[in-house]
Amino acid sequence: MTEFTEVWSYLSREPLLWLTATLLAYSIGDAAFRASGRKPWVNPVLISVVLLAGILWASGTRYATYFEGAKFVHFLLGPATVALALPLWETRHHVRRAALPILAALFAGSLTAVLSALAIAHSFGISGEVLISLAPKSATAPVALGISEQMGGSPTLTAVLVILTGIIGAIVATPLLNLLGVRDWRARGLAVGVAAHGIGTARAFQVHPVAGAFAGLGMGLNAVLTAFLAPAVLHLFQ
Amino acid sequence: MVHALLILLMCQLLGEVSSRALGLPLPGPVLGLLLLLAGFAVFPKLVDLMRPLAQGILGHLSLLFVPAGVGVVGHLDALGGQGVGLFLALVGSTILAIAVGSLSFALVARLTGNTDD
Repeated sequence: MTEFTEVWSYLSREPLLWLTATLLAYSIGDAAFRASGRKPWVNPVLISVVLLAGILWASGTRYATYFEGAKFVHFLLGPATVALALPLWETRHHVRRAALPILAALFAGSLTAVLSALAIAHSFGISGEVLISLAPKSATAPVALGISEQMGGSPTLTAVLVILTGIIGAIVATPLLNLLGVRDWRARGLAVGVAAHGIGTARAFQVHPVAGAFAGLGMGLNAVLTAFLAPAVLHLFQ
Repeated sequence: MVHALLILLMCQLLGEVSSRALGLPLPGPVLGLLLLLAGFAVFPKLVDLMRPLAQGILGHLSLLFVPAGVGVVGHLDALGGQGVGLFLALVGSTILAIAVGSLSFALVARLTGNTDD
């Protein structure tokens, strides 16, 4: 037993264990996604998160300890954002030709996301700091946190709402867009990127490269637009 | 591979530095993205150098959200009595935003005669 305690105390001090656990949980989530025939509701992010949360809870590990290992994966979000330049560059002819539809979808989608989220929450009696934290939830995490903080919201709560929005978007997008009969990969990708940022973009890349590139574009443009829209729309509910 | 990684990190670094130094509303990585796009326009050969690394990272974009996602679980109880309202707001607004966004795109594309190839 002492041996196990010693091994555990080594592992709990080093980032190796939780970095490995993160990659393992994702491999399981990704394998389940593939085994299901790429069904949208078998979402790899959701599966990995539930698995890891269960392990942390069962082993009594704090999130800060987990993040010591997981931060190496988390760090790559920045370089991945820069890497989105590649699909944007390779689809630049699509993008240039579709400037008007892109702008229409961006403004309509972004405004709908902020306005409907605040209206629904408001009808449930949600107000104050929580309502503020909800406003930028469709923007990509680093931008949403900055906007939330600037307006007097809670950045941690915003982070939660941003991640949940992404997972919801990744799950509902394909059945919803099929139901609506939207077949244009550009329209599908852009709308998902605007509504569900990077997690939606990751999902769009799983479906079609053009959808992925347009989702990345929608995410980037919406990051900028939300910074202006969220405070203005929030004003209507205060 | 090393050169591609170096270019990626340098774009992000330059983006972070200029975003903070100039007080821009854009986050550093988004500025880094614009820098890399500008790089592609000036040096078209850069595209082939960056492709394997960029495709590798973007192919597993979902993985990168897992650490932040695990943090969500610790906050779920903090949502308390407002949980139901917030959850419905997230589901409702995400469905509406995807529907309105995609239909606006399709409508304007049709009006301007801009169809997919």
